[in-house]
Amino acid sequence: MDLLAHLPALQVVVPMLSAPLIVLLQPRGLAWAGATAVAVLSFAIAVALSIAVLDGQTIEYAMGGWPAPYGIALSVDAFSALVLLVITGAAAAALLGAKPSIDQQIEVERHPLFYSAWLLVLSGLVGIVVSADAFNIFVFMEISSLASYILIAGGPDRRALPAVFKYLMMGTIGATFYLIGVGLIYMMTGTLNLADMEARIGDVTDINPILVAAGFITIGLALKAAVFPLHVWVPNAYTHAPHMVTVFLAACATKVALYVLIRFDYMVFQATLDAHEIQFAIFMMPLAILGILIASAVAMFEGHLKRLLASSSIAQIGYILLGVSFVSMAGLSASAMHIFNHALAKGGLFLAVACLAYQYRDLRLDQLGGASTRMPWTCAAFVVCGLSLIGVPGTAGFISKWMLINAALETGPWGWGLVAIILVSSLMAVVYIWRIVEALYFQAPVEGEAPLSEAPVQLLLITGLVAVLNIYFGLFPQVPLELANSAAALLLEGSR
Amino acid sequence: MTPETAILVAIGIPLLGALAIALAGRISPNLREAATAITSLSLIWVVWGLLPILMDGGRPSVEVSQVMPGLTIAFTVEPLGMLFAALASGLWLINSIYSVGYMRGNKEQNQTRFFACFALALSATIGVAFAGNLFTLFLFYELLTLSTYPLVAHKGDAATVRSARIYLGVLLSTSIGLFLPAIIWTYTVAGTGDFTTGGILAGKLNDPEIGLLLGLFVFGVGKAAVMPVHKWLPAAMVAPTPVSALLHAVAVVKAGVFTITKIIVYIFGIDFLFEASSSQWLLYAAAFTIITASLVALRQTNIKRLLAYSTIAQLSYVVMAAAILKPLAEVGAAIHMVAHAFGKITLFFAAGAIYIASKKTEIHQLRGIGRRMPWTMAAFTIGALSMIGVPPTGGFVSKWYILAGAFEANNLVAVFTIIASTVLNAAYFLPILYMVWFEREKEGGKEHGEAPFLAVLALCLTALLTLAFFLFNGPVIELESQVVQGLG
Repeated sequence: MDLLAHLPALQVVVPMLSAPLIVLLQPRGLAWAGATAVAVLSFAIAVALSIAVLDGQTIEYAMGGWPAPYGIALSVDAFSALVLLVITGAAAAALLGAKPSIDQQIEVERHPLFYSAWLLVLSGLVGIVVSADAFNIFVFMEISSLASYILIAGGPDRRALPAVFKYLMMGTIGATFYLIGVGLIYMMTGTLNLADMEARIGDVTDINPILVAAGFITIGLALKAAVFPLHVWVPNAYTHAPHMVTVFLAACATKVALYVLIRFDYMVFQATLDAHEIQFAIFMMPLAILGILIASAVAMFEGHLKRLLASSSIAQIGYILLGVSFVSMAGLSASAMHIFNHALAKGGLFLAVACLAYQYRDLRLDQLGGASTRMPWTCAAFVVCGLSLIGVPGTAGFISKWMLINAALETGPWGWGLVAIILVSSLMAVVYIWRIVEALYFQAPVEGEAPLSEAPVQLLLITGLVAVLNIYFGLFPQVPLELANSAAALLLEGSR
Repeated sequence: MTPETAILVAIGIPLLGALAIALAGRISPNLREAATAITSLSLIWVVWGLLPILMDGGRPSVEVSQVMPGLTIAFTVEPLGMLFAALASGLWLINSIYSVGYMRGNKEQNQTRFFACFALALSATIGVAFAGNLFTLFLFYELLTLSTYPLVAHKGDAATVRSARIYLGVLLSTSIGLFLPAIIWTYTVAGTGDFTTGGILAGKLNDPEIGLLLGLFVFGVGKAAVMPVHKWLPAAMVAPTPVSALLHAVAVVKAGVFTITKIIVYIFGIDFLFEASSSQWLLYAAAFTIITASLVALRQTNIKRLLAYSTIAQLSYVVMAAAILKPLAEVGAAIHMVAHAFGKITLFFAAGAIYIASKKTEIHQLRGIGRRMPWTMAAFTIGALSMIGVPPTGGFVSKWYILAGAFEANNLVAVFTIIASTVLNAAYFLPILYMVWFEREKEGGKEHGEAPFLAVLALCLTALLTLAFFLFNGPVIELESQVVQGLG
């Protein structure tokens, strides 16, 4: 058998088995090098998988050769490939630039453990995405969550501890809800395989437990995905985590939960439950809209750089959810596209924040004066990624906004109202991004600060690269667009 | 170089120039200024090289990327865009000469950022001029807003940043809130946004909607400063004068009226719009802006703010001319962009020169200044006469065409507005000219002579252009007549 056929398994196995080995790499710098090599390799695997599924086919993989309903099944289609690209890309990019920032924030002795936890998060997240089995999704979810608690609490900031406790509580509630739902379905159908579930729910005579399960699963995953109003764990967790961890998690962690939510809903429930898509739309759309507007408004008045961006992330989750709630081809591909584009924009922004944090200890906006003259490249990269977040044409963010607006218009007469909401929230994004830009460019430096210089070249290069990618995918979005369109088509096909 | 590559090169040159300026600025100011000069000269060489092709009726076009099905980044050079690009690139050279004099004369900070952003803004301007469809135009339109923001906020103190925030806020919120929905609507209805002779909307929209869409476009293009979205222009006057001169008298504001003209001619189509009764309001909105802005200008005491309000009025001349929807008036609209550009840049240059030499910014301080700065004030006089539309200046030519178009359409509102505003223009410019030349300076004022040589040279050049345009406007009219060939 050739290696290519095993890629879905390798995607999970490589980071998972490397994680314990990294612990052994005690000499200075080796743990970082090892983890980075693994993350880059994972990214390469994700790229290979994406190329393989670009034409819309699905790769099924049976672990150990045991066929699907009995053995552990993995499957990769265009949607999972897109999310895999985001996860592994974020992990690799963050790790490539991470060394200076991590060296500054975490004691050398704990590096091997830290990087090992990083790889566990990575393997958990990719595991969630490639699993075709509801229980394995839960297992991987726990792996990634537990490891990410370590990452977040691993920094020097003591406030991370209460933040991570909150995250732990909310995360556990979310995971438990999910597990209860899966348990109910298993009770009624006797299967954990998603495809099998879809086939068997039709035979269930008493539908009530399934309805309850749908409720538990949706709420549990919404908690994990930080869907408004279940987002309260996000701002503190993002703010007090080590800066590079924020880059990694902000780019992909909540999106993976959202991925499962979308997949479960479209693959299992919509095909089997009557009028589920209407219930889903009626339930999700208001939450999405409220999330977009309220979180953007909060960001407009936030004074701390990382917390501001975290609020904006909640609004962006709202965009993704809004597209999903249209239950249409255009809406789904807009959402899939926004998963990709927002990861680029927000990842780039948090990378720039990591650069700033390397020189500025205090990341409150009023402390950042004079950054533009001291760190011109960082600030330039921040502006580019910020424009992408706003959705200025020529950047990646514009593509998904445009698609989302078109999808909203297809929904009928209410579409213009939705368009208005999207545009108003874009203007709110202008306000909160511009507050940062003004602080960086026009505020007088705080008295008594020692003269500062640019961030380390390694970190800066990656930040610049992501900024450039934001523009590149704004002008040439063909590849992610194709994946997003295939993903939407597959999801809709699965829901029929 | 084929014309197709020339288009891309024209957009690329100022981009590379910005980079070169930023790098050269680290080495020496003279090298940086050399980079600006080389960039603007090569831009002129490339852009003006396209002129003969356009004169022969060629329409070079090139597609860069298909972003989504139906949504492409593509460029097409047509007469309106050619004129705009030629104008902007040509005046950039003169403006660069002036900028060097001004920035050094005033010992301004952050000169490297200034010149680099200027080059970036020019790249965006050329992109707007050559855009082949609405999407591409929008892309460069936003880039133009963003790249001029650092120029407006150049001084960096609290008041400046506040004004710059108004600038950015008005321009971005109108473009995202109104212009973008209008573009999306157009793409949804017509399935395309390509600029096509005769328009793409004919027969696809009905009456009240046409007026609504036109409204979204006109007020969405905030750069055209049709009231009530004009507030950003006076706010932008906090910028250094070269910025006000090239960007807020030529590139940015002309990008606005150019966009509106282009949308009227190539998206709606003038015949289609002429038949639609719901599009009539545009003429009245433009006329209202002309009269109101002129009245406000009458009451200004600051030179640059007066020029800003005069610009608002003059921009609406172009919009009104386009809204008359007759071939002669469309030609008039195009010519007025040129004539006003020469005149207004001269006026701003003069205002800047006065500031460098004497630090004077208010009108009442100008008594008798003509004797100290004869060259500058002579140029100022020519510019002011062109604004009023007195021969032998460029302003007369365009007014002639707009009036001819108004008579052709039997549009008495337009005729009345032009006459009334001419009176008003005279009412706010002539007293200044009288004060400058015939009144005596107050005792004990600062002793000063002319501004630095480079600044004076630049403003004399543009004053000469203002005069020359009265005599040698044939090629421009010939080129722009192509736009309306076979229409009307």
